[in-house]
Amino acid sequence: MKYAYFPGCTISTTALEFGLSTDAVCQALGVELIELEDWNCCGASSAHSLDHDLSYTLPTRNVAIAQKGELDIVAPCPACYQHTLAADLRLRQDEAWRREMEAHFGFSYNGKGRTRHLLEVLSEPDVLKQLRSLVKRPLAGLKVASYYGCVLVRPPQITGWDDPENPQRMDRVMEALGAEPVDWSYKVDCCGASMALSRADIVIRLGTRLGEAAKEAGADMFACACGICQINLDTRQATTKIPALYFTELMGLAMGLPGVNKWLSKHAIDPRPVLRARGLLP
Amino acid sequence: MATACEPDLTFGRLVQERCQEPILGCYYCQKCTAGCPVAFAMDYKPAQVLRLVQLGQKDLVLGSTAIWMCVGCEACGTRCPNRIRLAPMFDTLRYMALEGGYKPEPAVYWLHRSFLDSIRLWGRVHEMSMLAQYKTHNLLGKDFIADMKVALYLFVKGKILSLPERVHRLAEVRRLYKRQAAAEVES
Repeated sequence: MKYAYFPGCTISTTALEFGLSTDAVCQALGVELIELEDWNCCGASSAHSLDHDLSYTLPTRNVAIAQKGELDIVAPCPACYQHTLAADLRLRQDEAWRREMEAHFGFSYNGKGRTRHLLEVLSEPDVLKQLRSLVKRPLAGLKVASYYGCVLVRPPQITGWDDPENPQRMDRVMEALGAEPVDWSYKVDCCGASMALSRADIVIRLGTRLGEAAKEAGADMFACACGICQINLDTRQATTKIPALYFTELMGLAMGLPGVNKWLSKHAIDPRPVLRARGLLP
Repeated sequence: MATACEPDLTFGRLVQERCQEPILGCYYCQKCTAGCPVAFAMDYKPAQVLRLVQLGQKDLVLGSTAIWMCVGCEACGTRCPNRIRLAPMFDTLRYMALEGGYKPEPAVYWLHRSFLDSIRLWGRVHEMSMLAQYKTHNLLGKDFIADMKVALYLFVKGKILSLPERVHRLAEVRRLYKRQAAAEVES
């Protein structure tokens, strides 16, 4: 399996351990990630907030670059994923726009590559099957609250996930690792995203509610698929201290991959004490 | 809170055409408000904003803080029985507010502005310089102490000190910022 990898701006900074664990896990599973040549930022929530045109043209440049390789694009960041997907969809559906973009970027749209999120790729049935065979240290007894967040699964007209209110893909990955996914009601509730910088009070309230909901469900930790969700949960829970790990870190831990300790040391809420208590770390 | 004024009867239709969502079909079940994670921080709740748009209350809507609080999480649009996505409506209302000279919520506006400026500069977002620009406009935001704790954590863990990664063919990105200016000159 080969993909055009669109890592996004946070993967080497605030989501460092997401990037490192993604590289390690994909290598172990034989999923080849070829970094999209000269990619640019998708515009995230800032482009669509202030500038409609940029919110489509910025990700369209990446789609145009990916055309040459005819590979599916894979993004670990849900914002990168959703905006690239929306830009690609507009090229498919709006002919006048497609012609305008083809003229602007000097490319011919062939529609061969699809845009996918990393979690989608790593939760396909054949990948899960292979994953099960590679698990060396099952995460037995570990209760995990799968946290999908908002734009990974929404809007369903664009993302087309299994269920926008009660998605299952991350839960299935946790099961394959031997962990126990808990049932809880907040798996697709927004963390407040970029409001962490402009209105921290809002994000503290939302992060606290997510922490309390996960605690009530008996979760030992969150599994996240988004750099913004993870940092908000890691730093903005007021009354709880539930560690927030990337789902790829948990995959790497169960597969016994080298580098796990380095990833786990990058968190604000140290997940190692809980993992040791469950006998999952020496 | 401001009071209602003479309705602008074209406003609702204008917003509907621009955001391409069937907002005039809303029958005010308020499911959007019920599920909105940031409704508590809005002066008008999502369903109220929609209703005010229908009623042509342009000044109340474009001058509201609500339009700057929406984070685009799409919970409302996913649940609406009339299949109205409110996030694109909120985007459109922000564009109209900026074009009409209404005062934006400064913290939200400057964060997005600084983010887009960072992309123009490097092609990718460089967090350190982006935050430096943002903080010159919004130094003492709410929960300044909490912000500093997060900054310290990122610093200690080596998550925010990297040099900017830049796009090689930067001119291609910068040209995107000039498209609209060019379109305005042509028309």
